[in-house]
Amino acid sequence: MKINKKLVLLLMVAFLVSIVAGCGGAATKTETEKTPAPAKEPIKIGLNVELSGGVASYGTNCRNGIVMAFDEINKAGGVNGRKIEYIVMDCKSDAAEATNVAARLVQKQVVALIGPLVTGSVLGATPIATQNKIPLVAPAATALPATVDEETGKTKEFVFRTCFLDPFQGGLMGNYAADTLKAKKAAILMDTSTDYAKGLAQAFKESFTKKGGTIVAEEGFVKGDKDFKSTLTKIKNKAPDVVYVPGYYNETGLIAKQARELGITVPLLGGDGWDSADLVNIAGAKALNHTFFTNHYSPQDNDPKVVKFVQAYKAAYKTTPDAFAALGYDSAYLVADAIKRAGSTDGVKIKDALAATTNFTGVTGTFSMDQYHNPVKSAVLIEMVDGKQVVRTKIKP
Amino acid sequence: MYEFFQQMLNGVSLGSIYALIALGYTMVYGIINLINFAHGDIMMVGAYVGFFSIAILGVGVVPAMVFAMLACALLGVVIEKLAYKPLRNSTRIAALITAIGVSLFLEYATIWLLTPQQRSFPIGTFPEKNYYFFDQQLVLTNKDLFVLVAAVALMVLLQYIVKHTRIGKSMRAVSQDMEAAMLMGINVDKTISYTFAIGSALAAAAGVMVGVYYNTIDPLMGIIPGLKAFVAAVIGGIGIIPGAMMGGFVMGILEALVSGYGSSLYRDAVAFAVLILILLFKPTGIFGKDTGEKV
Repeated sequence: MKINKKLVLLLMVAFLVSIVAGCGGAATKTETEKTPAPAKEPIKIGLNVELSGGVASYGTNCRNGIVMAFDEINKAGGVNGRKIEYIVMDCKSDAAEATNVAARLVQKQVVALIGPLVTGSVLGATPIATQNKIPLVAPAATALPATVDEETGKTKEFVFRTCFLDPFQGGLMGNYAADTLKAKKAAILMDTSTDYAKGLAQAFKESFTKKGGTIVAEEGFVKGDKDFKSTLTKIKNKAPDVVYVPGYYNETGLIAKQARELGITVPLLGGDGWDSADLVNIAGAKALNHTFFTNHYSPQDNDPKVVKFVQAYKAAYKTTPDAFAALGYDSAYLVADAIKRAGSTDGVKIKDALAATTNFTGVTGTFSMDQYHNPVKSAVLIEMVDGKQVVRTKIKP
Repeated sequence: MYEFFQQMLNGVSLGSIYALIALGYTMVYGIINLINFAHGDIMMVGAYVGFFSIAILGVGVVPAMVFAMLACALLGVVIEKLAYKPLRNSTRIAALITAIGVSLFLEYATIWLLTPQQRSFPIGTFPEKNYYFFDQQLVLTNKDLFVLVAAVALMVLLQYIVKHTRIGKSMRAVSQDMEAAMLMGINVDKTISYTFAIGSALAAAAGVMVGVYYNTIDPLMGIIPGLKAFVAAVIGGIGIIPGAMMGGFVMGILEALVSGYGSSLYRDAVAFAVLILILLFKPTGIFGKDTGEKV
């Protein structure tokens, strides 16, 4: 009993101490809120990115792009006369951790959040951004629910993205096949095990048929398949002008190789899942001639803005920037631009400025925000020529 | 019409790959009545040994195949000694479950050691040539011929070893009655080791060929072909060497026809439906004889 009494006393003391400490903390907080920051104090922006875990490479490259952009902006004098201070935190490729990180960044009084990269983690961070009325810019969340509530169809007020949605590039490719490649008949061979490829195929079909084309064959495969010859033989006999193959490079590389072996010489088309150095190793440079795919951006682009970005990035990080780095770079400039146009660091005003973005020019293209907070932007069309990516054109929506 | 012939060619070339893998499966089963579910994964290890021989040592396809066969023969013997031998007198289901364990162990040990990344062979490993017939209507590649010839040659070799050599004779004796064979002075342990060595070497040869044929290898490449080869072995009559060959071709052609004239997505479903039908109506397979249980 004696021990128990002592323990209770100890607990009570600990409890009181914690209350006092808590009060102290709260007091200082209200104090800082009361005194408005002097005009020359830096603007804080939070980076909630994946620096470890499954998609660490996406987050790291994106962070590099964002940091480079903010350093450039600061060197040029900052925004509205104030420097930008970025706070980088790792959300460990985990949706729950993304929520925590967003909350911690909000406590540090950031005025905007950039990241996370993958859609699942963006969904985790969204409630924090919405409750605190702080805009969140997702650089690479390509799935629909990131900015739109799928149940109600309503746009999420404080969430924006700088990348296009997956199916969007399928529609662009459909237009390109009909308009530029003058195709009348198309065959589709899609990876039916991913929503990504199915979405691309659906969008391609819609835009291609709208232009008067017909789909002569619709075939599928699943991730991990190795032998496509029977399906390709069937497609060959339908004599299409183009074959659209949305999927990832492991399978599409083999499809390109086997299609050429079977004597299918018509253009093969794909999406950003094709983008990998391994594509050439799997299919061989020769088989890939006369193949085209869409992407967010290409480091081979001759656009002066892209050339400048690639040079600066290479100088800073000794490697070629990928699409994530480019999207991060654009997201950073987009946020800075919105703060400038808002003329304020108030979350709601920045949000309104982001929603009103028109003709913002970044390295991943020029875009305006639509009502769903998705950028309406062009995709880069890449042709494979002897194993090298060559930028053919930018397809406008 | 040409489309049909092309589909048959596609089927035969796919079927020779299944046949190649099924040979080792069926041989091990024939001798010790164990369905070695790790067979597909030994094939994967063989493909990796072949890959590293070609990519690092810079040897050609045939020496790479020899290296892979030697390495996997050793691996097969070690697996048998560590995993299956202690279970020789326990139930067959225990050995079967152990085989699945070995299979998972090989898959994930490879992922742990070599990353799950897909790898592709260096350019020019296998100089490819396409042969066109009938005004480009029919296409055959030298890879198809290579795999077909290799499958037939290995089948003949295996049949010769089992039927006409001393070790083959002891294998057959062990398969008929292990205890009686032991009493006749046959070294059962050694015979079973040989069986695993030969079976695993066959898997390795298949692995290198599959790797070169599709130009890609990954740690899980053995699962689906392993299962399909198992079906092929059952169709042909498990334990019967020419049956494995036949079963492989049946499977390959069936898959080609389903993809070509039905839907490509039903291909695997049809393959496994055939397994169920065979097991229901003729469990001994095409070449199997209904011998009944010996009492």
